[in-house]
This record gives sequence, structure tokens and C-alpha cells, in this order.
Amino acid sequence: MEALFSITVGVLTACSVYLILRGRSFPIVMGLTMLSYAVNLFLFSTGRLVLNQLPIIGNQAEYTDPLPQAFVLTAIVIGFAMTAYSIILAVRVRGELGTDEVNAPSTKDEETSR
Amino acid sequence: MELALIILLPFLGAMLPYAVPAQKQLNITSLVVAVTSISLILLISQAPAVIANVPVRLAIEWLPILGLNLSFRLDGLSLLFASLILGIGLLIVIYAHYYLTNQDNRPKFFACLLLFMGSMLGIVTSDNLILMWFFWELTSISSFLLIGYWSHESQARRGARMSIAITGGGGLALLAGILLVGNIAGSYQLDAIFAAADAIRAHALYLPALLVILLGAFTKSAQFPFQFWLPHAMSAPTPVSAYLHSATMVKAGIFLMARLFPVLGGTPEWFIIVTLTGLTTMLFGAYFALFKTDLKGLLAFSTVSHLGLITMLLGLGSAGALLAALFHILNHATFKAALFMIAGIIDHEAGSRDLRKLSGLRKFMPYTMVLAAITAAAMAGVPFLNGFLSKEMFFVESYQQHLFGGLSWLIPVLATVGAMLSVAYSIRFVHGVFFDKVADKLPKQPHEPPLMMRVPVIILAIMCIGVGIAPMLFVAELLQAAIAVVNPYPYIVEVQLWHGLNLALLMSALAFLGGLGIYFNREELLSFNRQFEHHNAKDIFAKTVKNATNFCHSLINRLETGSLQRYVAALLILTIIFVLPEIYQITQLTGSRAQQPINSVAIVGAIMIMFAALGTAAFHHHRLQALMMLSVVGLMVSLTFIHFSAPDLALTQLVVEVVSIILMILALFFMPQRVPNASSSGRVARDILIAGFIGGIVGAINFAILTRPFASISDFFIEQAVPGGGGSNVVNVILVDFRGFDTLGEITVLAIAAAGIHKLLNNLRPFMPSSDADGRPWHSIKHPLLAKIIAQMILPLALMVSIYILLRGHNLPGGGFIAGLITASAMILQYMTSGVDWVKERFDYNYQSVVAVGVMIALFTGLGSWFFGHAFLTSWFTHLDWPVVGEFEFATAMLFDIGVYLTVVGATLMILANFGQMTTKHRPRQENL
Repeated sequence: MEALFSITVGVLTACSVYLILRGRSFPIVMGLTMLSYAVNLFLFSTGRLVLNQLPIIGNQAEYTDPLPQAFVLTAIVIGFAMTAYSIILAVRVRGELGTDEVNAPSTKDEETSR
Repeated sequence: MELALIILLPFLGAMLPYAVPAQKQLNITSLVVAVTSISLILLISQAPAVIANVPVRLAIEWLPILGLNLSFRLDGLSLLFASLILGIGLLIVIYAHYYLTNQDNRPKFFACLLLFMGSMLGIVTSDNLILMWFFWELTSISSFLLIGYWSHESQARRGARMSIAITGGGGLALLAGILLVGNIAGSYQLDAIFAAADAIRAHALYLPALLVILLGAFTKSAQFPFQFWLPHAMSAPTPVSAYLHSATMVKAGIFLMARLFPVLGGTPEWFIIVTLTGLTTMLFGAYFALFKTDLKGLLAFSTVSHLGLITMLLGLGSAGALLAALFHILNHATFKAALFMIAGIIDHEAGSRDLRKLSGLRKFMPYTMVLAAITAAAMAGVPFLNGFLSKEMFFVESYQQHLFGGLSWLIPVLATVGAMLSVAYSIRFVHGVFFDKVADKLPKQPHEPPLMMRVPVIILAIMCIGVGIAPMLFVAELLQAAIAVVNPYPYIVEVQLWHGLNLALLMSALAFLGGLGIYFNREELLSFNRQFEHHNAKDIFAKTVKNATNFCHSLINRLETGSLQRYVAALLILTIIFVLPEIYQITQLTGSRAQQPINSVAIVGAIMIMFAALGTAAFHHHRLQALMMLSVVGLMVSLTFIHFSAPDLALTQLVVEVVSIILMILALFFMPQRVPNASSSGRVARDILIAGFIGGIVGAINFAILTRPFASISDFFIEQAVPGGGGSNVVNVILVDFRGFDTLGEITVLAIAAAGIHKLLNNLRPFMPSSDADGRPWHSIKHPLLAKIIAQMILPLALMVSIYILLRGHNLPGGGFIAGLITASAMILQYMTSGVDWVKERFDYNYQSVVAVGVMIALFTGLGSWFFGHAFLTSWFTHLDWPVVGEFEFATAMLFDIGVYLTVVGATLMILANFGQMTTKHRPRQENL
């Protein structure tokens, strides 16, 4: 299970890095969103993968580590704020400059052609 | 205490010239004279103790952890230099008063001069090498200001830049050397370093440390091949040249070598490097001094030559050589300061210091001529003057060494050649200016300077004669105290006028004859010299600087292309490069922790996540489809959380997912509909490679973490959640109680992000397409009735659910974050199905105030605990018995959670509702702010 989990996190990271390396703002925002999923899963997993041990005090003998969960919970909300901010920034740039490219207009980069 | 005052007074005094009106020139000078005199008197009051070989010390702890203390010492060597700095400094101040014209900015001049004086005193009295280096750099800066004093002249600016580049660079090298030495000795205090001298000399890093320290000393003291900055520094006002470039600053490098001689000196490396550098510099300077047509240029090169002589003596390193070096430091400062002042007087009163124009001035300036003759004779080494004595000692040392084996005879021969040249340019200085036919094309009618301008020169000339006739009377004690510090073995100072007929006297005689010969045959030498192609040091320096600048420019142009893609790629590649070696160190990726068995549900979930993620990346050009796949990833992540015992996370992720996908769909509306073709295949391959590496690294690290056992700090939270926090949902208790401060910060961030978005949207007029990419117009029905009715039915239910989630959050999965997001998404549903107008009619609050109220509630809940004498955000809870409902727990953490709830609702709606309004007449404008 651990191997499966870490492969998943790795694939998510790889896909998000690929998206972040694109030349236009929308894929980058998607990449950032996906990267925050990967990071959240990664951070969450520092409490290790534990089944059926909810961190709710009750009748169980053992509980999973609640601390990474608390941190990840706030991270999810902050991640939302970041995604929102970056997407609105992209819209603003599109409104101001008429393009959604992230490279400076003068760049003689082959990438600007797309 | 007096020691502190001696050093501090010039620094404090540097402010005084600005405190009096600039027109009161005499007042300014008097103040500066007073400051310098008090310092000098204090120094003299300390002298008896120092001469009795009891150094005066002062230590104030500054940064003991770094081995850096404000510790000062006044020993013999310091006393010798400090008396030069203050004594000549005093004369310079008086001289400068008459030298400066009414156009000159006097407060600036004297402030910089005092700053420099204080820095020099700091160098010579520091008992800590780092502290000394600090003052060393201060002299570089203050001399930069002084050389560039006439900042309207490009010559001055250029000279100042050159000197700070060379001496500043040398200063950095010196710092490296000091750190090396201090590291070997284990302390930067001088005593500890002296004690560790043998260990330092035997250390493997001795040679590198020696080289960098000498680099610092050689640049400062204008030794070959760094001598070129000194002649260019002659664009400074003459008092500055007289002070900095004869008596003080250029002697700082000499001082450093003398100070560290007991530690670094006496080795073959020291001998070869220092002696040969000194010898080369001496000959080089003396030779070029002959051809300079500028009086100050001549003196500058002669200074270079004399500094070389002193350096060579320090390199020879015998007790007699060290004494000769110290003695010559004193003598050179005396006659060279006087000569510079005379050059300044000539420039001042005749309007030129060009040797080609000047001649026959003896008619107009007879007194000045006498003074020039005395001091130039001292420079040439005429008997009964101080220069003669130290030069004789130099000759004796030069033939008494046998350090170059069979070639040792070369040293006295070359020393004699240097002395001949020195005699020749000394004659040239006097003869060229004051004799021959009377000059007729001078800019000014030459005349004698004011008496007080001559007084400093007279004093110095008297000292030249006094020391020359009765050296033991005037300077023996001073030198005895100084040599005791430099030379590790006891040595009795004895300077005699008459050594008998020995080789040294013969060398002196030869030098005079040779000097006369050279001077009278200078035309031949001049034409000999002309056949060489001379590179101007200034041009070489300027070219070097220009090349360095061009190199940096082209480097920056290559790095900063304006392509954000390249920046990100470069950062990621760097990350890979730095992380890979670390990963490589992990020998065993799989840890000892027992692994969970794989179940089919997990496999299916993982495959779905991976496919959806790959699909998003692969089809990102089809933006809507990519977005849909991204939402699949998000929902699967939510399921992952619930699978691994994290219900709160699952709920949060679920609602956040909904909200952010809606937001992105909204944004898609404003994005270009047609996405041009894909990147080049090379670029794609590179990006896939980078992404693959990063993903692999992250996955590997994650696996390594997951399979290793761990000890958590969470036991405390689990134990204390119910008794301490009054809630059984530990995650929520951590959020609102244990780590409430974090949460408070976090909702503040959320509020700030929302406010930022609000600002970004203000006055934005994006392009809004009226049809899709294929030209089909949008559907005429904007708000389908069915969706509208269902959404309106859902709203109260959703609100109820969110309140329930909020209230139970302390004990069961839920809480302010989740509840807030549920409320927000229910509201967004209304906006989407019924339109902005419809919502505005019924609910026209502005969300900014909701956010503000939310943050306030959370903050004041935290502050409230102060009123009960508890720390910030301490929570309190009790159980109340409500009729009908039954027992109900009330906790202040609940209030805090309500604050969180309101902030989340407000922020989310502020973002989404404001953004959604872009398409309507409610679009945010300036007047709505």
C-alpha cells in the first residue's frame, strides 16, 4: 500500500511539474492546484498510512496522528486561496496585456510561438 | 579610558565641522585642531607607560561568541604609528586651513579627514584582528571620500574609484587571511595569535594565509604590482596626499606586516616574497619617479619606492632590519609629508606643479626653497639628516644578509642603484623647481605662502635635522618600545651617526655620485626610457573594469531572458542537482515499518488518480476536459483522506474541490478560447524529463518516509483533547485550541488573499466572448428554471447542515472551515442558477465586512483570555443544560471557530461572487471601493 501511495504522489508531482513548465497561465494554475494535492498527500502521509483509527476520541485503543491532519486541513484552504489568487492574476494579466503567455513579450524563446 | 577617548575623539569630532556655520572657516579649523590636539595629548600621557613596556589595554565585550571584542591595546608599535597619525595629522589640519580655497567644502573635508584619522588609530590600536580589519575597511572608505573630495573632477572620481577597488579588494583578501589565521590560533585576539605563532607557521594553511594577508598589505601599501593606484590618487587635495600617501594610509600595510611579523615572519616564504616584492617596488618606483613631470607624481612614485624599501627591510627580518624599517617609517613620514606640503605650496602660490613649467622659483620663494632643500636632502639620505641614518642602516642590512646564497651580493648592489635613483629625483625636485632660469609662463605670480602655511613644514624640517643629529635623544625610546613588539628577541636600540669608514658609507658615497651622474645625464635616460611603450595604468584598469562589467552584462542577458518558463526549469534542475546526491546516500529505501496490505479499492483509486493526473497533463490544451480530469484527481484525493482515517480532511478537500473547480471554469470564460499549437518536441521532452525526475524523487522520499517508524509528538494532543480542550475531535481541537494561533494566522492570510483578489478585479475590463470557439452563440436561457428551483430548495438545507457541521466540529468531523465552505458553496449555487441580480436583490451584504468580522471574532476570542489572566487564545469550556436539546457543551473555542467560519464564508464568496460579477453590471469599479 505504501508503494502504491508514494507512486501516486510521485505521478501527481510529475504531472503538476510538467503543467507548471507550460508557457500559458491556465495550465500553470492547473499545475499549481495539482501540486497542492500532491504536497497535501505527502504532508498528510508523514503521519503514516493508518486505516480505521480516526483521530476522534472514543472507543478505540489507538488513534492516527492528528497533527499532520490539522496542518493539511489548513493547507488545503490556503491552497485554495493561492489557486484563486493565481487564477485571478492570470485573468487580470489577460485583461491588461491581451495574452495569457507567461514569458516576457520580447523573449526570443521558441516557446512564445505557442 | 584615555585609550578609548584617543580613538573615539576623531570619530566624534567628525561631526563637529558640520555643527558650526560653514562661513566660520577659522572656527572649523580650531575645532578640528582642538580634537586632534586633545587626542595627541592623551596619547602622550599614555606614552611613559608604553615605553616602560606596559601596554595600555581596553576591552569591551561585543560579540564574544564570534570571538569579536572591542579590545584595544597601545603598545610600542601602536604608539609609534599613533604618534605619526596624530602628530602629522595636526600639522596637516593647520596646513589644510590655508590650502583650501573659499570654494571648497570645508566641513566635508575636515569631517572626512577626522574619520580617516580615527580609522587609522583604530587599525594601529586594535587588539583583535577582526576589529582591525573593520578599521582597515573604514580607512579604505574614508580615503575614497578624501581622494574623491573634488568630486566635480573626473580625475578625482577615477582616482578614488581605482584606490577603493584595489584597497577594498585587498581588504577582502586580508579578511580571508585573518579568518585563516584566527581559525588556526583559535582566537582573533593578538595575544592568543602571538602565543600560537609556532603552530601557525607549521600549519598546512600557513602559505595560503600568508599570501592573502600579504595581498592585503601590498595593495594597501602600493607594492608592485599594485602600485599603480597611488599615483592616480594624487588627484586628491595636497593635504590629503601629504597625510594619506606619505604618513598614514599607505603605512597601514607596512604596519600590518610589522604587527604580524612575530606570527608570520621569519620563514623562507616570508623572506622571499616580501623581500623581492619590496626590492622590485623600490627600484620600480625610484626609476619612474625620475620621469614624472608632475611634482606630486614624482613624490608619489618616490613614496612607492620608499615603501618598497621598508617592505624589503621587513622581509629581511633580522633585528637590525626591523629597527631600520621602523626608523625609516618615522623618517619617511616626516620628510615626505613636508615635501608634499611644499609641492602644495608651490602649486598654491605659483599655480602649477608641472616641472616643465616651473623653474627658478628661488627668487620668489627663498624660504620655501630652503625647506625643500632640507627635506629633499633627507629623502636623498644626506648626512646629518634623518634619512641618512635609516638609509645607512638599510645598507648595512643589505650586505649583511646571506639569504640568496651565491647571489646575495645582488641585494646591496641593487640597493645602491635604488639609492642613486633616489638621490637623482631628490635633486630634480629641488633643482628643477627652484634653480635654472626664471619661469615666465606661470599662471600666477609666485610668492611666499602665509607664514602659518609654512609652519608645519618648518616643524617637520626641524624634526628631520633634530633626529638626524641626535637620534638617540629624540627617537630611541620610541623605537625601543616598538622593536620590542615586533622583534621577538631582546634588542637594544642604538643609532649612531658615525659608523666609521665601512661599506655602508661607501655605498652612500656611490649613491650620491651616481645620483648626480644620473641627474645630469637625465636627457639620455629620458630618451632611453621613451623607446619603451608605456601602458597607462589608468587605461589598463579602466579596460579591466569594462571587461568585467561587459562579462557580467552578457551573463545577466543570458540568464535573465524574460522567460518565466526558463526560470522555473532552471530552478527545478538546480533542485534536482542538489537533492540527487542526498537521495543517493539512502542505502535502503524500504524502512522497517510494517507495510499495509494492498486492497483492490486502493488499487482502483490509485489508478484513477494517476490516469486523471496524466490526462490533465497530456490534454491540457483542451482546457475544459483537462479541468474535468483535474476535478477527478481532487475528488479521489478526498477519498484517499477518508480511506486513511482523516474524515476532516476528506470533507474539506471535497468542498474546496467544488469551489475551486467552479472558480477555474469561471476563469476559463475569460481565457483565450483557441490555444495555439503545442511546444516543440524538444521542449516537451526536456519538461517530461524534469517532471519525471522531480516526481521520482518525491515518490522515493515519500516511500522512504512511509516505511520508517516514527515517534510523534501528538500523544500530548490525543491525551489532552478532551480534558484540556473539551473536544473529542482532536484535529479540530488542535486547530481551534492547541494551535489556534496558527489558525488565526491562516484565516488572516485567507482574508488578505481575498482582499488582494478584490483589488485585482477592480476596474478590470476583460474581453468577454459572445460565442464559443466554433462561433456558436451562448444559450439564450442563462438560468434554467429546474436548476434554479432545486438550488433554492437546497439553500436552507445546506445552511442547516453547515450549522450542524460547525457546532459538532469540536467533537465529530466538521468545524469552521468545512462549515464555511459548505455555506459558501450553497451561496455560489444560488449565484450560478439564479444570477447575480437575483442574489443581490435578496442578500446585498458586502463580503469584505463578513471577512473582517470573522477575523475580529477569532482575534478577540483569543484576546478575551487575557481578561481572565490566561495566555492568548487559552480556551475555556463548560457544559450547559439546555431544555429540550439536553446537555450542551459550550467552549470559547467554539467562538473562535465561528470566527473561522465567517472568514471562510466571506473570503470564498468575496473571491467567487466578485469574480462572477465580472460578467454583469455589478462589475467592481473604482467608485464601489
